[in-house]
Amino acid sequence: MMNRREFCKKTMIVAGGLVIPLAALEVFNPKRLQAEKGGSDDKGNVRWVFLVDIHKCVGCGFCVKACKVENEVPYDANVTRTWVERYIVTKDGQTAIDSPKGARDGFTTQKIDQGHLGDKEIDPASIAKAFFVPKLCNQCDNPACVQVCPVGATYQTGDGIVLVDRSWCIGCGYCVMGCPYGVRFFHPVYHVAEKCNFCYHRITKGMKPACVDACPFGARKIGNIRDPEDPVTRIIASEQVNVLKEEFGTKPQVFYLGLSREVK
Amino acid sequence: MARALVVPEDFGVYERGYMYGWHRKSNEAEWKNVRVKYKTARICAGCHKDKHDELIKSVHAAISCENCHGPNYDHPEDPLGMNIDRSRKLCIRCHSYLPYKGTLRGGIPGIDPEKHYPSAECVLCHIPHDPKAMNQKREVRS
Repeated sequence: MMNRREFCKKTMIVAGGLVIPLAALEVFNPKRLQAEKGGSDDKGNVRWVFLVDIHKCVGCGFCVKACKVENEVPYDANVTRTWVERYIVTKDGQTAIDSPKGARDGFTTQKIDQGHLGDKEIDPASIAKAFFVPKLCNQCDNPACVQVCPVGATYQTGDGIVLVDRSWCIGCGYCVMGCPYGVRFFHPVYHVAEKCNFCYHRITKGMKPACVDACPFGARKIGNIRDPEDPVTRIIASEQVNVLKEEFGTKPQVFYLGLSREVK
Repeated sequence: MARALVVPEDFGVYERGYMYGWHRKSNEAEWKNVRVKYKTARICAGCHKDKHDELIKSVHAAISCENCHGPNYDHPEDPLGMNIDRSRKLCIRCHSYLPYKGTLRGGIPGIDPEKHYPSAECVLCHIPHDPKAMNQKREVRS
């Protein structure tokens, strides 16, 4: 007859014995272990960031045009990797926002494009302030779009760029929903998730993104935040920059000079 | 067994760790190999020095050649992209007047596209490489 003490002892041994083989089944993979540690030991010396100066943007939309051509996003489809928004704040405190065709052809009229609601006229005398805000992927340090991908088709590179593997994406659209900045969309030709990647094919060759080269006013700049001598790094470190939707905790890496609280 | 067949060999966890780093490593090279279309104004100046020198003295100096002339691709071997956009639509991106006082846009010389010679192309009167407010073509002729 087994007494209580012995029963407890044997139960412990059996339970322990069951746990060990489960752990032993896992094949030891040094690469994975290193990755789980956070990979902080071998941080590269490049981390791409972007700087947008809202004071300098005039809403010409050359950036959007160049982006669509450079990145083979169908020109007439109403989707784009980068776009420009117009904000008009009137003296009564109302804010009107529009971005016709993502500002591919710029802002050529005073009327606000309200989509199916039609155009809206704003009396120039009632305008308190007006400005243009270029938007693009924030290449977040905590990219929500990557975290929600069920198949590992979207990921972040060592230098901070979030890419999409077109051959691996199943088109579920979780990332399109997950991005708080509305940056992602479905590519009309490949039918997979599409997004701005700071023109990865250009920046890795020492060039600048197509939108940066196309901007006549210097409103868009790219830099490497791990290089303290980089002009963009210096501005981010020393001037009053802001980011979009900081409260989401995504740690966005597109910094704005002259960002107003009306901007969503 | 099934995993070995379905999952590519280079699929794994890379620099950004377990949460953000899962991917097929060779996809990075695929993105790096996308064709560069816009080669920047610096490349244009190599052959078209006369046009470049003319432009940099004008108020349009900051505008990249490719913004109006189209992307370079591999010009002159492959002139796929070089289509000069002389349209009104291109000019009014900046020169359609918007009454936003105190902003850069409000300070750009602008017109109302619906009232200022609506059916004419801007280049009939204005020379984009060295623009002035008056009818430049008529000035040259007289």
